[in-house]
Amino acid sequence: MAVQILRDRSRAAVQKIVLGATREQGGTRSHTITVGGDAALPFYHFEGEVANRPVIAMEVQDIVPQWPDILQEPFNDVISEPGRWAQKCVAAYGADLIYLKLDGADPEGANHSVDQCVTTVKEVLQAVGVPLIIAGCGDVEKDHDVLEAVAEAASGENLLLGNAEQDNYKSLTAACMVHKHNIIARSPLDINICKQLNILINEMNLGLDHILIDPSIGGLGYGIEYAFSIMERIRLGALQGDKMLSMPVICTVGYEAWRAKEAVAPVSESPGWGKEVERGILWEAVTATALLQAGAHILLMRHPQAVAKVRENIDQLMVSNAY
Amino acid sequence: MALTGLEIYKQLPKKNCGECGTPTCLAFAMNLAAGKASLDSCPYVSDAAREALDAAAAPPIAKVVLGAGPQAIEMGDETELFRHDKRFYHETAIAIQVSDNLSSAELKDQVAAINELEFDRVGQHYTIQAIAIRHDAGDPLAFQTAVTAVAAATSLNLVLMAADAEVLKGVLPDVAARKPLLYSATAANYEAMTALAKEHNCPLAVYGNDLEELAGLVDKIVALGHKQLVLDPGARETSRAVADFTQIRRLAIKKRFRSFGYPIIALTTAGDPLAEILQAVNYVTKYASLVVLRTAAKEHLLPLLSWRQNLYTDPQVPIRVEEKLNEIGAVNENSPVYVTTNFSLTYYSVAGEIEGTRIPSYLLSVDTDGLSVLTAYADGKFEAEKIAALIKKIGLENKVKHRRIIIPGAVAVLKGKLEDLSGWEVLVGPREATGIVAYARNLAA
Repeated sequence: MAVQILRDRSRAAVQKIVLGATREQGGTRSHTITVGGDAALPFYHFEGEVANRPVIAMEVQDIVPQWPDILQEPFNDVISEPGRWAQKCVAAYGADLIYLKLDGADPEGANHSVDQCVTTVKEVLQAVGVPLIIAGCGDVEKDHDVLEAVAEAASGENLLLGNAEQDNYKSLTAACMVHKHNIIARSPLDINICKQLNILINEMNLGLDHILIDPSIGGLGYGIEYAFSIMERIRLGALQGDKMLSMPVICTVGYEAWRAKEAVAPVSESPGWGKEVERGILWEAVTATALLQAGAHILLMRHPQAVAKVRENIDQLMVSNAY
Repeated sequence: MALTGLEIYKQLPKKNCGECGTPTCLAFAMNLAAGKASLDSCPYVSDAAREALDAAAAPPIAKVVLGAGPQAIEMGDETELFRHDKRFYHETAIAIQVSDNLSSAELKDQVAAINELEFDRVGQHYTIQAIAIRHDAGDPLAFQTAVTAVAAATSLNLVLMAADAEVLKGVLPDVAARKPLLYSATAANYEAMTALAKEHNCPLAVYGNDLEELAGLVDKIVALGHKQLVLDPGARETSRAVADFTQIRRLAIKKRFRSFGYPIIALTTAGDPLAEILQAVNYVTKYASLVVLRTAAKEHLLPLLSWRQNLYTDPQVPIRVEEKLNEIGAVNENSPVYVTTNFSLTYYSVAGEIEGTRIPSYLLSVDTDGLSVLTAYADGKFEAEKIAALIKKIGLENKVKHRRIIIPGAVAVLKGKLEDLSGWEVLVGPREATGIVAYARNLAA
């Protein structure tokens, strides 16, 4: 019997979102990055356009992070200077974007002032030409002040700012509207809250093409399957025409993967798990690869070699498989 | 996609004789559709109708067994395209490839290393399922020697990879009892391969250069009388393989396309082992029932097997750990005592962070039917009464000198009642497991 290729035609596509702005567009980026626009399930070129390839943002922090040695090692020469760190990520490791995590703002930690945070953001903007993603430290009140100041200082740069959460989205949404940035809407592994938050942000009049979904992933071995299924459902919803699930998805891959004991335990401690360097790199790269198949658009990653392998994997998946 | 009562009714004789015990053929058809009757009770059903109805009742993807005895594994028999619709059932089997070009010493070392590929993490045990022996040598006897040596050295299942049926014929009498997978029947050799597979009752992989050729070959092999098949659409580039595997799965499930109603075998091609693992992650995710790998390093296999386990968990049944007082590190009578639920994800997140404190501690996992902290609390399964009773039951007062327990910050509300009921001081810990290291540092200071 002849094979009849089965193509599920979708009613709608994922939103396209442009990040960054060049000089002509009012910013200082050397180029912009567009994500989303998919009219099919991930990498199903045979039934719809996969408009833009998923991208990788490499993480840079404004303090020397408490990272395991194998993760710090590639950055040892730059880790105390966010600008040079970002430069290395772009120049040496080919990062599509920089994800600047302002953990130094944490009042329980280094407690950087708002001005210090703004200075760091400017330093990184100067150092690299790629668009920026900037996230706060997680302390609600501090983030409120820091992100507002960052939004204003980088007005016109078309940043991606996070995180907005269900009970704390208004000030960031307002800042994104006034200063023309994009927002990360983060929900706790719950598709209903995810949708609700998108509605709330959109009701404040921030356009759907300025919102990204962070579904709060679990890392490999620690609940990744929940995120995988929620992301598959988000994509199916978007393709069926649910506007409030139609935003591109961003995943905190590096943070989740490198929390796992399996990523960092030395072979001397866990001989049954094999050597730690490639185990750690793969823990991050496998987390990313699995989530790409569920519909990730932006991967926030850490280890240069994991980044390189995942980029190679994206290259291969972007080869058309149309029949 | 089972048939409806009306679709079945069309196939029945419509005599309304009542001999099946049901007054009318339509009522009988309804019972059949509901699985409450068997077609055998109808004395007049035609052979053609029986075949059509049997085919419709068969699972969309056949169950194919690789191996014999306790090592045997089931492949296929899947019903879903998305795990959230129900679940995926039979974990992708992983085989590691060895070549008959190796010297007998090299082969022995490789097999010994492959036999070691067993892992324990978060209370789960992961293994690989098979060794694939590939015929690369010029001499068919080399294959026979290699297969005999591997078979003697491992209890893993076997995949025999040779293009020439004559080569396989030489080794099968020795290993057929282990029900190896024969790889593969092609357009050039399928008659001889099918004869071998039938004679020895072994599963047979079918290789087509594309989906069309594959479907045609499957039909020919089924017509020859062999149905224990595994499909290889020949794609070796990741993107093409993902598309082909998806088509096979979709057509089998949504269209009941019989030629594709079998499990899928995937062969990785990437030379770099890290890239190879990522290729394999794509194949495990997109419907492969068996993946043949080359790398056999533990640090490469553990991440892949972890993903396989995650993907194949039942989304409706939370994985749980035993209710007990767990020791993390070399505990003593001054060790802090943490309390959490027995949802495995919660438990291992908390346990991992406690380990990170480097302070030997007790962790009490309360049986909440595998629910996480807040869900269990909302469901009345993580309550003061229960925790107090458990403290008594396990004799916590004999384990530690102090009288303090630490509960999750999310259920701070339990504090008062739990103190009253247990007589222990209740400390409220952080809301998130990630806060435990900082919390423990403060507590110790």
